[in-house]
Amino acid sequence: MSVQHTAAKGNGHGHAHEGHGEHELPFWRKYIFSVDHKVIGIQYGVTALVFLLFGFTLMMLMRWQLAYPGRPLPVIGNLLGETAMPGGVMAPEFYNQLGAMHGTIMVFLGVVPLAVGGFGNFVVPLQIGAPDMAFPRLNMVSYWVFLPGCLLMVASFFLPGGAAQSGWTSYPPLSDIAPTGQTAWLFAMVLIITSSLLGSINFIVTIVQLRAKGLSYWRLPFFVHAQLVTAFLLLLAFPPLEAASVMQLMDRLAGTSFFLPSGLVVSGDPLKVAGGGNPLLWQHLFWFLAHPEVYVLILPAMGIVAEVIANNTRKPLWGYRLLVYSVVFLGFMSFVVWAHHMFMTGMGTTMSTFFQTTTMIISIPSVVILTCFIMSLYGGNIRFTAPMLFATAFLPMFAIGGLTGLPLGLTASDIYLHDTFYVIGHFHYVVAPGTLFALFAGIYYWYPKATGRRMNETLGKVHFWLSFVAINFVFMPMFFQGMAGLSRRLYDPTIYAHGRGVQALNVLISFGAWGLGLAQIPFIVNFFMSLKNGARVAENPWNATTLEWAAPSPPGHGNFVTEPVVYREPYEYSVPGKSTDYSPQFRAEA
Amino acid sequence: MDAAQHEDVSKHMGKYYVVFVALLCLTAITVGVSYLHLTRPLAITVALAIACIKAGMVAAVFMHLISERKVIYAVLILTALFFIVLLALPNLTTFEHHSGMPGT
Amino acid sequence: MSETVIPYVVKPHPVTGIPNGKFGIWLFLASEVMLFGALFSSYVLIRTGMPHWPPEGGLASEVLNVPLATLNTAVLITSSITMVLAWASCKMGKLPRFRLWMGATIGLAFAFLVIKYFEYTHKFELGHFPSHDNFYAIYFTLTGLHGLHVIGGIIVNSYLVGPGTKMWATDPEHFTNRVENAGLYWHFVDLVWIFLFPSLYLL
Repeated sequence: MSVQHTAAKGNGHGHAHEGHGEHELPFWRKYIFSVDHKVIGIQYGVTALVFLLFGFTLMMLMRWQLAYPGRPLPVIGNLLGETAMPGGVMAPEFYNQLGAMHGTIMVFLGVVPLAVGGFGNFVVPLQIGAPDMAFPRLNMVSYWVFLPGCLLMVASFFLPGGAAQSGWTSYPPLSDIAPTGQTAWLFAMVLIITSSLLGSINFIVTIVQLRAKGLSYWRLPFFVHAQLVTAFLLLLAFPPLEAASVMQLMDRLAGTSFFLPSGLVVSGDPLKVAGGGNPLLWQHLFWFLAHPEVYVLILPAMGIVAEVIANNTRKPLWGYRLLVYSVVFLGFMSFVVWAHHMFMTGMGTTMSTFFQTTTMIISIPSVVILTCFIMSLYGGNIRFTAPMLFATAFLPMFAIGGLTGLPLGLTASDIYLHDTFYVIGHFHYVVAPGTLFALFAGIYYWYPKATGRRMNETLGKVHFWLSFVAINFVFMPMFFQGMAGLSRRLYDPTIYAHGRGVQALNVLISFGAWGLGLAQIPFIVNFFMSLKNGARVAENPWNATTLEWAAPSPPGHGNFVTEPVVYREPYEYSVPGKSTDYSPQFRAEA
Repeated sequence: MDAAQHEDVSKHMGKYYVVFVALLCLTAITVGVSYLHLTRPLAITVALAIACIKAGMVAAVFMHLISERKVIYAVLILTALFFIVLLALPNLTTFEHHSGMPGT
Repeated sequence: MSETVIPYVVKPHPVTGIPNGKFGIWLFLASEVMLFGALFSSYVLIRTGMPHWPPEGGLASEVLNVPLATLNTAVLITSSITMVLAWASCKMGKLPRFRLWMGATIGLAFAFLVIKYFEYTHKFELGHFPSHDNFYAIYFTLTGLHGLHVIGGIIVNSYLVGPGTKMWATDPEHFTNRVENAGLYWHFVDLVWIFLFPSLYLL
């Protein structure tokens, strides 16, 4: 891919160790099994974007069934085989596969690899002035353990019985007795989790140990703080899910009953297992990961939004220290709220109240962070560039997502709303027009650094406006469907009267989703076109202040021409008395 | 390797042997106590207490934790906290269930 | 282009006081604490949910082989001291001594696995597979995962005593750090067993 070409070639200033007469690495070591964080970051990023598109396609298929239940899907319906779509009509089992895989792929193969593996790997070493990550070979191993996990996950569609179909949450007992695709899901998750653990170790050591001279913790860009907290979440929260996956594999392959209670009857026949297990054990272990996981989804996004807002308002971030304290507190609290996903499992009032309380408390740092971002806009000299459009839209979208979480975190209202479309509306607002928009902002913002070329601004704006409108048509109606009582994971909403009552909204949502799909075309075209035709840029096209903009665009091996030194805070924009409206961290003169 | 480092390590060797012997003794004690068939809560307390002492010695001496840096302590304290949360909270949620089903 | 030079690979960081590798291995161990912690938590949840433990009656110490497990405990403890001696030999600049003690560590690790093999096969002969009931499910899963970690340790230690010693010639301090880090991992494996043994066999 030509991006890697330019990354490795660099311009004449890209090499930190010029003139040593070192040999050029062979192709497979330079681009395939590279240990360079920038190459690995791009590998993660591109892989993730492909899976985001794939995961979204799965949903676009599901939206047909939801809009027109039981109707054959023209053209495509005949291409997916008689098992999945007999006569072009979606089979319920296939609907379930699409649902489980959409969730799994978007979260574990899409958003996190892009946010952490992609942006984290590419940007963090540059922003801290390091030549690479602390463990470059471990970094390479991380990616090459991740990719087989992804391929196994997707290949599971071709197994007898199809892919995993017990929700992205894989609750037993259903998942214990599900077809082979579930086993593939478990093995794939073990690979992906392992990759993530190795990566998180790398991030923490890198950020703590490899900061440039003068770069104290209080001078770090907020993006780096966010990634540091994220790495701790991944490090400590993922292992319980790995343990649970091992146990579910034991249940499925070795006949154990970790999650199978005694006396379970399946399709009229008692299940021939020892029993004595507990399905809730899976839920505890799953959500112990999956709740911090949603903060893994949002924290890097908040980091990106911070960078883009500061840069495009030409003002320091408002409440930088408050932001840092909040993000650390948020990370800590994320470990003690998980059972708010389990309010309906029969916990007593004491523990329910405990988790309700921690859940209410955790909303505070989120609100603080959002408020700081909004305050950062006030009085700014705002440039509505493509990244800034996405970053600004993040604010009200995340607000809607966050506010709609409150009735879910309160046990009384959750009784009604649990497992309805209200939940789907809530979390999609946070992740889709929330995180995903922030990730788009990041792509438009850092593309020039990675490739040495700008993306096309007009196409970027078209991409934004189409996506912004479409995405609200997709997710806003879901709150109303949920409040009407429509359950999630329902193959045919029209079997219920209350479902029929909101069925018109399903048509609206589906067209919104298909429109959202079309809205990505300008982005995809722009992404590839700009590699060849984008306007070339120098080191700092955005007139930004953080360290990555000291390196060439794209940076060569070793990143910086001379060893970077940090002289000031990260967001010294519009400092009174200065001739320019930005004072980079890396520039010596005051 | 400079002389100071040689000296450093040879000074500590005694500690390692002492811990080794202590670990073996405590293992014997653990097994011995199990033959006393103490009541369940007492048996658990004693066995885990001895295990903690053994683990503490391995960590402090063999793993050099006793002279480790603040950053490592910080990571381990954070981990210990979440370890306790993971151990305690799921089990606490089982206490108020009344249906009589296993684990509920 | 030759490899980028990463600082603090060997020399400790001026503020944290540790090199990158040591920090990395401790973080890895933190994640391992959460991994085994999850399994211990599961053990408690499942066990307290059952009226009798073991479900078939009797005591764990009667069903499982306490003498063999006690022997295994002694084996692992000994392997920990030999691991320390291996590292100390590196610190004292004595490569042949290092090979001796590291070899002993690996040998003891194999002994652990052999004893475990006998334990497992005896259970299988009696028809006690993981599927038999949750007592065996927990027993095999916990000791099995621990055993996999022992194998991992054998692989790492074998590399260090084998092809890894090449580094001793060019960068003995870096090599010693690697041995120390491998030691931290190995002691952790011992640590897990210290809790596993009473929890599964004696209580």
